[in-house]
Amino acid sequence: MCTWHNLIWEIILNNFKQHSVLPGFNLAFGFTLLYLSLVVLIPLSAAFIQTTVLTWAEFWKVVTTPRVIASYRLTFGASFAAALVNAIFGLLVAWVLVRYPFPGKKLVDALVDLPFALPTAVAGIALTALYAGNGWIGQYFEPLGIKIAFTPLGIFVALTFIGLPFVVRTVQPVLEDLESELEEAAATLGATRLQTFSRVIFPTLFPALMTGFALAFARAIGEYGSVIFIAGNMPMVSEITPLLIITKLEQYDVAGATALAVVMLVISFVMLLIINLLQWWSRRQSASA
Amino acid sequence: MSIEVRNLSKQFGTFAALRDVSLKVHSGELLALLGPSGSGKTTLLRVIAGLEAADTGQILFQGGDATSQHVRDRHVGFVFQHYALFRNMTIFENVAFGLRVRAKAFRPTEAEISNRVHRLLKLVQLDWLADRHPHQLSGGQRQRVALARALAVEPTVLLLDEPFGALDAKVRKELRSWLRRLHDDMQITSVFVTHDQEEALEVADRVVVMNEGCIEQIGTPDEVYERPASPFVYEFLGKVNLFHGRLHRGRAWIDGLEVDAPEHTEAENLAAVAYVRPHDIHIDRMIHGGALPARVFHILSVGPIVRLELIRDDSEDKELIQVEITKERFRELQLVRGDQVFIKPSRFDLFPSQVVH
Amino acid sequence: MLLHEDTSVTTISLPLATGLHRKGATDEPAWVRRTLIGVALIFLTLFLFVPLISVFYEALKKGTDVYLAAITEPDAVDAIKLTLIAAAIAVPLNLIFGLAAAWAIAKFEFRGKNLLITLIDLPFSVSPVVSGLIYVLIFGLQGWLGPWLAENDIKIIFAVPGIVLATIFVTVPFIARELIPLMQAQGTEEEEAAVVLGANGWQTFFRITLPNVKWGLLYGTILCNARAMGEFGAVSVVSGHIRGSTNTLPLHVEILYNEYNFAAAFAVASLLALLALVTLALKTFVESKNRWHEGELNEH
Repeated sequence: MCTWHNLIWEIILNNFKQHSVLPGFNLAFGFTLLYLSLVVLIPLSAAFIQTTVLTWAEFWKVVTTPRVIASYRLTFGASFAAALVNAIFGLLVAWVLVRYPFPGKKLVDALVDLPFALPTAVAGIALTALYAGNGWIGQYFEPLGIKIAFTPLGIFVALTFIGLPFVVRTVQPVLEDLESELEEAAATLGATRLQTFSRVIFPTLFPALMTGFALAFARAIGEYGSVIFIAGNMPMVSEITPLLIITKLEQYDVAGATALAVVMLVISFVMLLIINLLQWWSRRQSASA
Repeated sequence: MSIEVRNLSKQFGTFAALRDVSLKVHSGELLALLGPSGSGKTTLLRVIAGLEAADTGQILFQGGDATSQHVRDRHVGFVFQHYALFRNMTIFENVAFGLRVRAKAFRPTEAEISNRVHRLLKLVQLDWLADRHPHQLSGGQRQRVALARALAVEPTVLLLDEPFGALDAKVRKELRSWLRRLHDDMQITSVFVTHDQEEALEVADRVVVMNEGCIEQIGTPDEVYERPASPFVYEFLGKVNLFHGRLHRGRAWIDGLEVDAPEHTEAENLAAVAYVRPHDIHIDRMIHGGALPARVFHILSVGPIVRLELIRDDSEDKELIQVEITKERFRELQLVRGDQVFIKPSRFDLFPSQVVH
Repeated sequence: MLLHEDTSVTTISLPLATGLHRKGATDEPAWVRRTLIGVALIFLTLFLFVPLISVFYEALKKGTDVYLAAITEPDAVDAIKLTLIAAAIAVPLNLIFGLAAAWAIAKFEFRGKNLLITLIDLPFSVSPVVSGLIYVLIFGLQGWLGPWLAENDIKIIFAVPGIVLATIFVTVPFIARELIPLMQAQGTEEEEAAVVLGANGWQTFFRITLPNVKWGLLYGTILCNARAMGEFGAVSVVSGHIRGSTNTLPLHVEILYNEYNFAAAFAVASLLALLALVTLALKTFVESKNRWHEGELNEH
């Protein structure tokens, strides 16, 4: 009996992990798994488990009320638009940073990471003050009848801010690694600069660009702190889904909040999967050199 | 299409890559630019292509001034050392690229493009790989595709930058002779850069030996090897032994040998050096007139040749003399390490000492 | 990328040249260049520089007296303290986690590695509000442990422990994500050499592995800390928003702002903005050290 158990255990272990002379695997791996489970996995599963107090029908009803659907539209719509703008301008910024010298470049390069480092609440109040009717930027749009703060447009602005570094930082290394010989070859073959960009350079950058877009999009969907101040938070108009979750919590509708949280989690996981696939694609592209 | 380069100079910061270089490439010839790293050969090639601009000087294609022409208007074919194939395109699309980016007025129809591409791929024997991507090909295959791509736009001049530098020795040799045959078929003016003297001597019609931004010698492979114009060319193109002596008014005394030196009739008691190739040294067990005594230090059998390293009996610093003899001769002599032998150069070139570095 | 394996003779001694290769053949016309730079800078100014500057402007608008008063009043000081406590607990814990995870993942081969890496990335992809909610679901009054906690008079949600937990959750991946690719790139040869020479696990780890990753470690720690101190959404859910006891700096900013006390709100916010700038400066410094260090390693 004893030897059977040992044998099976050995087989499992051998299939799981390759032999190595380095010590400490069991400790490191065990601790990692334990920590991860306690801090991340079990709490995350709480959402899925708790939501089972609702039946499928109830669940579906909660996550598809008109107000909730309006919040989806807003959250996804604004996030998509912001990620798109970041894709275009992020590519531009990366290009300019990698290719052209200009005064203050190092400073600009360092500041691109500001949205990463700045607490979301600070960004939130700063953007609100800026784009309000009497703000530094908002004042130019006010006479044109364009309100930015407290409207979906404001949400779009905030989401663009926080997504800014993602595209720049994923495209930059790929641009830096681009061999100049490829562009020289295209030139010797008679291509104009524009043709070289569209046929040779851009296709190489595309996977990284997509990855950056997906990262910015995923981040924007869940964003709370920088949006909550500049959004009008009016139901059906300028209310984002994370805010709805908090609203339900404050109304002690834990089940409803959890249901919405589950929807957001599922979407997050799907985005995570897509991003992993994109990164794999991007690595494949650069590896086949 | 002939190429002429006049008084080309180029500096990178404080580094002088090209110093007043002038050169004429005959229409239809295969020219090698040979030299060590930093000699300026690649810079020269890139300036001819238009990938770099010279500081001073002119480039003329068939007599017409092309100095300020942009690279894409020069219609040169350029092959890079690391192929520079477009990763995101198939082999077919790579080769078709130059044709597809042409302005509408000059662009062939898709059918014509397809014809031309397949014809070229057949020429480089890679038509069966047309739908693959570059990363699926070997190095040698990729370089052949690069060549096909450069030829697709029917260039008047073909420029190759160390085309076989990144390949295995065997593949390098194969592609070398393949390139020579291709050139013979197409008769397109070609210039290629290499640091491998064997490659230059084997493939080119003429060789340009460069050093530190200057041209040391231009000539046929035979000329530069048998009649080197300077010590640098001598040493770069093969192994060399040095024998010191003196020059005076048309006669030279080198290690007990007295010979005529008609090129140096004005020399007044100059120190001189005789340059001798390893295979131009006669070696024997018995002494005969004017031969130098030496001992065998090392024997290396390399295929059909035997390389000997000898130490002269009268040498204090144990300077080695390199001698190359055929296997046959070696068997005749039955040499072993430590044997006493007598050597005499059968051919040599004399240069006054001050020319020597 | 210029170091081709065969060290082609033509690429040596031309470090200047390869930069200059761009000139001429593969350059855009000057007007294109200038336009692109201009547009990029306008975009960055609008979305990046102006918001940053406005924080400090608004903070100091009413004068330095108001500014100093705002950041030294008791509630603000308590908020600072709580923020520091949360970071002081979360960062070291995640540091240990990061090291353990990177050791297991980078130095050993086992099945499911990619799954593990994806799991570690989870907190990154989850919305902050959801991150806070799940802790409420466990520790809240109606949560799994709710009744038991109430019985024993332990408060987690709406109290400091809850804030710390939420902060830990959102910052779990930072250090691990930095270390894993770094340690993978460095391989296992040095550690194996150490073991062959007789070192035990801890010696190998502290003397060989740790020094090799010190810059990456510092980098990850800086980022982790910045996020820990600045976290808003998750902490907002688990905090009771009780001034003076369960408010971190970001939450304090929110409260002041909602009371229309703008000058004070921005004053406190400026502290966080300064933290962000220091983070960026340290990040740039460490990055340059990292590159220099990598260059050194590559020469071996």
